[in-house]
Amino acid sequence: MLITYLLDLLYLIAAITFVVGLKQLSHPDTARRGNQLAAIGMALAVLGTLLMHPAAPSSDSSARTLKLALLYTALGLGGFIGWRAAYKVKMTAMPQMVSLFNGLGGGCAALLAIAEMKLQYIQHHPTATGMILVLFTMFFGAVSLTGSLLAYAKLEDLVKDSAITLPRHGLVNMILVFIILGLIGYTVWGAGDAGLTWGLILFAVALLYGFSFVAPIGGADMPVVISVLNSCTGLTAAAAGIIYDNLIMLVGGILVGASGSILTILMCKAMNRSLTNVLVGNFGGGGAAAAGKTAGDQTVKEINLTDAAVLLNYSQSVAIVPGYGLAVAQAQKICKELDDLLESNGVEVRYAIHPVAGRMPGHMNVLLAEADVPYNKLFDLEEANEFLAKTDVVVVVGANDVVNPAAKDDPSSPIYGMPVLEVWEAKNVIVMKRSMKSGYAGIENDLFYHPKTKMLFGDAKDTLIKLSSEVKAL
Amino acid sequence: MEAILQFLHDNLLMVYLLIFSILLGIEVISKVPAVLHTPLMSGANAIHGVVLVGAIIVLFQARADDYWSLSVGFVAVVFGTLNVVGGFAVTDRMLEMFKKKKK
Repeated sequence: MLITYLLDLLYLIAAITFVVGLKQLSHPDTARRGNQLAAIGMALAVLGTLLMHPAAPSSDSSARTLKLALLYTALGLGGFIGWRAAYKVKMTAMPQMVSLFNGLGGGCAALLAIAEMKLQYIQHHPTATGMILVLFTMFFGAVSLTGSLLAYAKLEDLVKDSAITLPRHGLVNMILVFIILGLIGYTVWGAGDAGLTWGLILFAVALLYGFSFVAPIGGADMPVVISVLNSCTGLTAAAAGIIYDNLIMLVGGILVGASGSILTILMCKAMNRSLTNVLVGNFGGGGAAAAGKTAGDQTVKEINLTDAAVLLNYSQSVAIVPGYGLAVAQAQKICKELDDLLESNGVEVRYAIHPVAGRMPGHMNVLLAEADVPYNKLFDLEEANEFLAKTDVVVVVGANDVVNPAAKDDPSSPIYGMPVLEVWEAKNVIVMKRSMKSGYAGIENDLFYHPKTKMLFGDAKDTLIKLSSEVKAL
Repeated sequence: MEAILQFLHDNLLMVYLLIFSILLGIEVISKVPAVLHTPLMSGANAIHGVVLVGAIIVLFQARADDYWSLSVGFVAVVFGTLNVVGGFAVTDRMLEMFKKKKK
């Protein structure tokens, strides 16, 4: 008996570490400590459950050996793969990694619900409340699993949006929701002892719905989708907590569900879009249809490397606008080199970082910090827009939609209203780009045809290397 | 109506806990700089891995001759552990980059 009380104490400690950890995670100075604190709490909760949970098989049963062997193998396997994956993944691929881990958490909840459902049907006829909780856990877990996997595939560029979007996809999803509601109703109240089979059918439809839900949403909106699915998984964990009368699952799950929802709203705000707009309006998914006006007969001005080097080296202040192109080319380090060269020649170099630069809010800051760019040279949108007008040269490296003037002055553009970096206010703009292809959102960018803009075509890393050597040669 | 009140009465503490946890979750996150959105989401992602506790309980409860449930539980524990370990590790890697450089 006493040992269960000890487990309660461990759960209480873990719950406190989750709350304090989340709090610390929201300040840059304490964030790392907060994460480690929550990890310690989690270790306590898991170890405590392993050793002290009342459901653990008693010491003299033969089942004990089998179950413990299975448990430790599973823990070892998951721990090893998880650890390796987390440390091997490139920083640029982090958003999809988070999505993958989230999906697996959802999968864990869904499987748990299936096993629990079976157990309930074996032991006794389950109550309606019990079944609803189980089906709730199973449904959201399954949606989170397949939805996150698809988000992962989209971010890895494994699937194209247009290939998996049906005509009238919104209607298809609506029908699926009704089928699911019907299935839940029938399983709980109508199916009787056949409920187990119907529950499994519901599981299959839920898996399908997860795919279908994420399919029409454009790749650029994946961070918001991941955040939504993240709070979904939180809610399933909480529901599972109610099933097992387990307080740590309940508290942990609800905390993530609530904070995840707030985080989703904050992210939408950073992009100046509403959540419904993201989930229903297919921004970026429409491709050609989304492109506002075509820029067919406008001409672009190119600049050669030497001229670009001179322009940069003899200016007072330079602002670099990094985008995903810089990240995929792994050009952060060489960018920092160019920055050092310019600084040593007395040029002030600053970085203007759009909240959604990269693939997720804050992603670009992490990538630049990895390349040792000091924290105080990174400026966010509002600060940057204040100094951009007084900047001599802005260098846009692999960014596109976040510097699109259409967001400010073209009400017909799908990104109209999104806050952007007003780079065209600066005296000169150099845009490094591989080609004239449109950005991730599939929208034309008038900045490239702006009188102040000069294009420098080529791979971001390659161009930056050449540019540095030109600056060195001056 | 009576049923609702009865339910509330029977589960009063649970309902309190639920509501306060929601408020706490909202309060804790409400002022966070955009820079930390990604690490925070990743950290929260690791925390909901607490569902692993449930997966362990499922495996405990399964009958020793019920191989179907045992396998489902096994996979659930693997998934849950991946979520927890991978989640915390990847968050730590991200936050490592935020070390303050004093120059």
